[in-house]
Amino acid sequence: MELREKAKQLLESGDVKAVLGFEPGTGGVRRPAFARSAAQAEKLVFDGEQNLASYVTHKEVKRLGRVAVAARPDTLRALLQLMGERQIKEGDLLPLVVDADGQVTELPSGEAMEEYLALSAKELPAKDRELLDRLGNMTRQERWDFWQKELSRCIKCYACRSSCPMCYCGHCTMDCNRPQWVPVPSHALGNLEYHMVRAMHLAGRCVECGDCGRACPVGIPIHLLTFNAEESVHAQFGQRAGASAKLDYAMSTFRPDDKETFIR
Amino acid sequence: MTDTFEPKITAFVCNWCTYAGADLTGTSRIKYQSNVRVLRLPCTGRIDFMLLAKAFARGADGIIISGCHPNDCHYTSGNYHARRRWMIYRNLMDFMGIDTARITFSWVSAAEGAKWAELVNEVTTGIRAMGPYTEYQELANAGVE
Repeated sequence: MELREKAKQLLESGDVKAVLGFEPGTGGVRRPAFARSAAQAEKLVFDGEQNLASYVTHKEVKRLGRVAVAARPDTLRALLQLMGERQIKEGDLLPLVVDADGQVTELPSGEAMEEYLALSAKELPAKDRELLDRLGNMTRQERWDFWQKELSRCIKCYACRSSCPMCYCGHCTMDCNRPQWVPVPSHALGNLEYHMVRAMHLAGRCVECGDCGRACPVGIPIHLLTFNAEESVHAQFGQRAGASAKLDYAMSTFRPDDKETFIR
Repeated sequence: MTDTFEPKITAFVCNWCTYAGADLTGTSRIKYQSNVRVLRLPCTGRIDFMLLAKAFARGADGIIISGCHPNDCHYTSGNYHARRRWMIYRNLMDFMGIDTARITFSWVSAAEGAKWAELVNEVTTGIRAMGPYTEYQELANAGVE
């Protein structure tokens, strides 16, 4: 595999200290793996589903030195957003992308990543788009019932938080119990408030990779909540998270002419 | 208990404009409905989105949020930030099925005592017609909080 050769080459030359990709796990699943030598790179595969950007903010990974990351478009968006939020430095990472014809390209800078992303338009997966439209056409009562039913299965394992490349806070408000802002138990109110806070904290920052939804062990389409917040940021403020490393965070800035329709 | 339902309305207002405006309503001897509980905060920018959810969970049937008109913020830009937050949060609440018709956003300046009275009356009448927000309150009661 071309990408595996590239990984070996980078590790041998000492250009990077580790390559982040996947390895085969049990039952045909792919799990993330770090290769720190050319020999370890033999086991790497690159067809996993997960957004590997969620690993690069960990201090254990930062300590490794420069890391090459096998990237998909949403991985690149997440990396750009993290750069914009000053969580990672450009030189500390080397995203690797594979073209349709199997050619491996290194994207060493934010500009290179932006240029690569500009080549293809961003689209939500058809399944998610369909469900978003279906929810949009429901009455408010039906939407309430839908989410109450879905969220009633939430066990508050916080897999959505762990899988999210943008959830990197060292001290999360969910873990704060004195004073306790969001109830810890996974009862109806605790679940609703948790998912509300999660979506709001990701508004303007969500790169819509959908990893939270994939990580959910009980299959709640929770990624739609952050998608909704992100889509409404795009619709109203005209910017998308992860489009550039130089973007202002939509919720910490404003324009005097922001247009709303509901304030009297 | 009387037969007519008296709604509980929570008003989150900013210290510098709407709170002073509501004060003016009183000093002007304008009467308005007494269903509103006014909570004074330093600025609309301080009104965390979760405060609204907390108000509903603790039994509010309706919510008023009000502060300085754009360009009039005591802290120059708090209300602009708040406006952005509401623009996103309101859509999210609607998406989650929360009744956004129960939440009224408004700008009331320190000189608009009459507007405050009018706003409270209008909202109270509206919420009285909607009835209690049992859907959300039941949710809160189902918990162990």
